[in-house]
Amino acid sequence: MTDLTELYQQTIIEHNRSPRNFKKLEHANRTAEGYNAICGDKITLYLRLEDDVIREIAFQGSGCAISQASASLMTSAVAGKTKVEAQALFRAFHDMVAGGADAAADPGTLGKLAAFAGVRQFPARVKCANLSWHTLRAALAAAAEPVSTE
Amino acid sequence: MTTAHRATPRTRAARPAPEVATRRADFPLLATRVHGRPLVYLDNAATSQKPQAVIDAITRYYETANANVHRGVYSLSEHATAAYEGAREKARAFLNAREAREIIFVRSTTEGINLVASSFGRTNLGPGDEVLISAMEHHSNIVPWQLICEERGATLRVIPMNQAGELLLDEYERRLTERTKIVALVHVSNSLGTINPVREVVARAHARGIPVLVDGAQAAPHMPVDVQALDCDFYTVSGHKMFGPTGIGMLYGKAPRLEAMPPYQGGGDMIRSVTFARTTFAEIPAKFEAGTPHIAGAIGLGAAIDYLSRLDWGLVAAHEADLLAYASARLLEVPGVRLVGTAAHKASVISFVVAGVHAHDVGTIVDQEGVAIRTGHHCTQPVMEFFGVPATARASFAFYNTREDADALVAALAKVRQVFGG
Repeated sequence: MTDLTELYQQTIIEHNRSPRNFKKLEHANRTAEGYNAICGDKITLYLRLEDDVIREIAFQGSGCAISQASASLMTSAVAGKTKVEAQALFRAFHDMVAGGADAAADPGTLGKLAAFAGVRQFPARVKCANLSWHTLRAALAAAAEPVSTE
Repeated sequence: MTTAHRATPRTRAARPAPEVATRRADFPLLATRVHGRPLVYLDNAATSQKPQAVIDAITRYYETANANVHRGVYSLSEHATAAYEGAREKARAFLNAREAREIIFVRSTTEGINLVASSFGRTNLGPGDEVLISAMEHHSNIVPWQLICEERGATLRVIPMNQAGELLLDEYERRLTERTKIVALVHVSNSLGTINPVREVVARAHARGIPVLVDGAQAAPHMPVDVQALDCDFYTVSGHKMFGPTGIGMLYGKAPRLEAMPPYQGGGDMIRSVTFARTTFAEIPAKFEAGTPHIAGAIGLGAAIDYLSRLDWGLVAAHEADLLAYASARLLEVPGVRLVGTAAHKASVISFVVAGVHAHDVGTIVDQEGVAIRTGHHCTQPVMEFFGVPATARASFAFYNTREDADALVAALAKVRQVFGG
């Protein structure tokens, strides 16, 4: 049996209630939109990228606790990271929530992001956890089209 | 007899009416367990469960009667044709159409609306013309009209509603003009539960000679439908929402309307003769049923109609009214719960939001308790926008649901507070 406390860990509940970096970044040089039409989860991601380093990152949006907490924790985790480091985190996060059984990530590399380990037991909610990360990838690639994980 | 099943909503007499208790046993899936708990199925507006009689009819058809229809001269094909056309007669009786040829088998309500939008729209809509729908339509009664309006240079107009989720009939009247070519309206709203005054809407349109299509997907499982009494021009339903199989639905159209419309799809079975220069088309209903139809689906739908015709609809109405009142009252006891859709005239469909918690989190948490509800925008994004919510949770009750099911939902909602605090 799956366990709700695995999904709704305190870190997630807390970041949903008080999301970090929840604002518009006036000096952003990259923005991207993420939108899951079926859920209605929405996120706008703002980045100030300089010399391939994420100098500043913030987001605005609305949606379920998983999507909002994921955006909050992601922005905290990638701030100050290089593009390559952020992309490596993306892969590790993706493996943790949606990868095969052998893809379980090393919690050490993910830090607080390990709070989302329980999501893999709830396949319908993986897209909620992934939305902000796919939006980040689009922002780093300067993609113009809104991103969806549905 | 119906009063025996009516009780004051707040009384927790959770014992189901005897009629319901026996009927539950007809639906094998209702005995399923989810996460180690008995399934509490409250997503009937998305799709209903199927009685054993429907499952058996489909199996029996494939085991004993499968052949293509309207073609073979051999006896098996004749039997299949008789069963398929027999289902059409059952559908006629179910909707109280005058003639069986007024029933077109389609995939779903969505296809029924697309058929009319495309076929009626191509021949009746032009630049400056208007199609009138309501503010509470499912996407399936919005998008097909948008597509044909765009193609024909016509305009889509909308009848507004009030904060309870009831149509504003004065505003409706104001939007009926010489430019209005068709009115398309939902009978029972899938996200709000509102039962619309269809007969009144039809009468006002007909006073100006305007035809009316009714989306009956959510009405058919809850009430007897009489298309002659409603006097609508088109009425369409989905089999799977009325305890029949998926992939089959019916479109009723008044014979003169259907006869005046061009075919929707071309292919086998819908022609009289074909040459490379010219094709002449079959009479209705065949004109609108190109290709091998969903024979097993139609037969399964016929079995569902047989099943429904054996129910005491007075008891069903009283039971569902009791479930609506009881579940609404109990939900309002839960801190932070607000109902979305509070029309005076409602089917047993209850949309609600929990303060500070997104509907998807609510859905995941109550699922852990075995309670299946729908969460999201219910394919009615304009309704969500009107009420200023991104999504709602929706509990939709069928006649086989009980007060215990409502109690299970309320108990599961307590877990939402446990997880989210506050």
